[in-house]
Amino acid sequence: MASAVEGQMLPNLLLFGRLLRRLGLDVHAGRMLDAVSVLEDIGLQRRGDVHAALRTLLVHRREDLPVFDEAFSVFWRQRKDQTFTMDLRSMGEQRRYRYVEAGPPPLGQPSDAVGAGVDEAEEGGDRIDITRTYSAREVLQSKDFSEFSPSEVAQARLFMASMAWDPGTRRSRRLVRGDGHALDLRRTLRDNAQYGGELLKLRHRRRKEKPRKLVVICDVSGSMERYTRMLLHFIHSLYGGLNGQVEAFLFATRLTRVTKQLQHRDIDQAVGDVAKAVPDWSGGTRIGAALKEFNFTWARRTLGWGSIVLVVSDGWDRGEPELLGREMERLQRSARRLIWLSPLAGGAHYEPLTQGLRAATPYIDDLLPVHNLAALMDLARHLNALSSGTPERRQRPTAVEADASEPEAAAPGQRSWHRDANPTFRHPLWGRGE
Amino acid sequence: MSVDALQEALRGEMYVADRGLAMSVYLALQLGRPLFLEGEAGVGKTEVARALSSALNARLIRLQCYEGLDVSQAVYEWNYSRQLLHLRLLEASGDVDRQAAERELFSEEFLIKRPLLQSLEGGDRKVLLIDELDRADEEFEGYLLEMLSDFQITVPEVGTYTAETRPVVVITSNRTREIHDALKRRCLYYWIDYPDLDKETQIVRSKAPGASQRLAGQVTAFVQELRGAELYKVPGVAETLDWTAALVSLNTEALTPEVIDETLGVMLKYREDVQNVRGEQTRALLARAQNRGAGRGGRRG
Repeated sequence: MASAVEGQMLPNLLLFGRLLRRLGLDVHAGRMLDAVSVLEDIGLQRRGDVHAALRTLLVHRREDLPVFDEAFSVFWRQRKDQTFTMDLRSMGEQRRYRYVEAGPPPLGQPSDAVGAGVDEAEEGGDRIDITRTYSAREVLQSKDFSEFSPSEVAQARLFMASMAWDPGTRRSRRLVRGDGHALDLRRTLRDNAQYGGELLKLRHRRRKEKPRKLVVICDVSGSMERYTRMLLHFIHSLYGGLNGQVEAFLFATRLTRVTKQLQHRDIDQAVGDVAKAVPDWSGGTRIGAALKEFNFTWARRTLGWGSIVLVVSDGWDRGEPELLGREMERLQRSARRLIWLSPLAGGAHYEPLTQGLRAATPYIDDLLPVHNLAALMDLARHLNALSSGTPERRQRPTAVEADASEPEAAAPGQRSWHRDANPTFRHPLWGRGE
Repeated sequence: MSVDALQEALRGEMYVADRGLAMSVYLALQLGRPLFLEGEAGVGKTEVARALSSALNARLIRLQCYEGLDVSQAVYEWNYSRQLLHLRLLEASGDVDRQAAERELFSEEFLIKRPLLQSLEGGDRKVLLIDELDRADEEFEGYLLEMLSDFQITVPEVGTYTAETRPVVVITSNRTREIHDALKRRCLYYWIDYPDLDKETQIVRSKAPGASQRLAGQVTAFVQELRGAELYKVPGVAETLDWTAALVSLNTEALTPEVIDETLGVMLKYREDVQNVRGEQTRALLARAQNRGAGRGGRRG
């Protein structure tokens, strides 16, 4: 039996391993060695057994199983058997083809870009002018994302990278040394052994605090196009700022998980990877269907530990509002806090009138704008303030104190209706029309 | 033992294993590597360990994971009350050599061994079941990684325990979160799917002997259809068995829409799911299930 593996088999096996890696599987070298010895043991007579053995050895993620099966059937086909579904090379190629044509929209017009560049060079010169720089930043902060020039995007990226995100912590069940209520018997006994069994000094343990997870579900449909690029940067900066305690999903007509793609430190690389992964850029919007997919497939795996959910969308929905309402209700129940971010919510006279947002509103804990950097700063402040206290949910949104009539020109961070962001925050626009 | 023999042995323990699963278990035994079983709740992941331990005539040591699981619950703990008592006794008997006393206090005599340590002790064969690892937190995963790589555990005060006979390790996960690749890479991986109609009927027949062949067939056909419906929580094999038991205790001889609606709560655990299925959909599913049964019967006959 050994000869079977040594002959043609060994090089083929190694080749197969390399193929799997190229297809994105995480094949461990140690498992390849196992595979060699296993095939010697079980032999090559039964194709099904070889398949089962290699499958259990070389795959350890469920999502890789279909890829493995296809690769196996193509690679280990018998000469006479021509029934395989596709050529192996085409498997690699096909992906590339499919991905290249899709992608997030380029930002701004080319002419726009040139103009901005020139402007800056002329006005800025070599002088260092602190006040001007400061006010320029102010302007940048309140400028709508959709009007950004490429150079402003670059500045905004730096700015976002420097923002501090903190969605708070939760008390885990793990106990660590500290001033808590639980007695640390082990240390108590050790420290008191010298007193002959009298426990004079008590040592304690406390519950460990762990960072909360953030789940971002972002709309990249046609109506969001002008914001998409900046929102991706925003999500990436969140991911970096929270040490990966973020799960990210994008949707237009379908939901795509992009958490893995965000792992690249280089933002352009990450955004590029994300772009390749999402099949339906700028398609129509079906928020309800996307949230449903999230609820069915992902909620159980991502919302288990008191996560905060951010839904980013303008609320233009072509699906049924009923479905959206139902899925929002469910989502709110499984999330610790459900925050809806809309690029349209920035205007002073904004009211959530889009069909989708109307259906969703009863189940939103906070509705916040996400159209410029100032809004992001407010969001960061809001999240920071959430750390303590439990979310307060009402059966029915009610009207609040009428301090919502602040003029739109308010400086960043002073927008009255979420300046004092706190756990009992309520959107003043709720119930406004009633 | 060959793959076939193992499959047979598992069947002897009332566990119906696919060829693929049998192969994974066989290789885990051959290579001495942990077996990582993933799948939805109630597809029989834990049962694999139970059946395997009976088939091998090995002791089953089970560690149920939960958030915050730490060394004192998983590996070892000192018996504090006995230690205290011992200290007092020493004190009462007069002169004590403090250093000797301390050494004595932290000796094996006062050690409580938890599942992981138990699994390394003694020469007999053991199956270590680490159940629902996804419930534990990452810290514990890190610890496990260390222990599973060389099968030894160090208790600083006592010394290092090394397995005389390596336990057969079975790890299960319901996938409520991703387990780190570093750990999974060290294991053999098998995804347990919901069984097909034939397999599930076999399981019901062997696990619920009280049900008539007719009822068992109807129940599984219905559950198979039900899994295709839009549900937040799809019923597993465990639910099928519970439901069968419920039906048997109600002296049901054949499924009717009314009986199903009354007992739906045994299988569906979300209010939305029950509301969604009850009534019209029950009828439709039952009709489809009966067609399926009839079709099979026809072909066989």
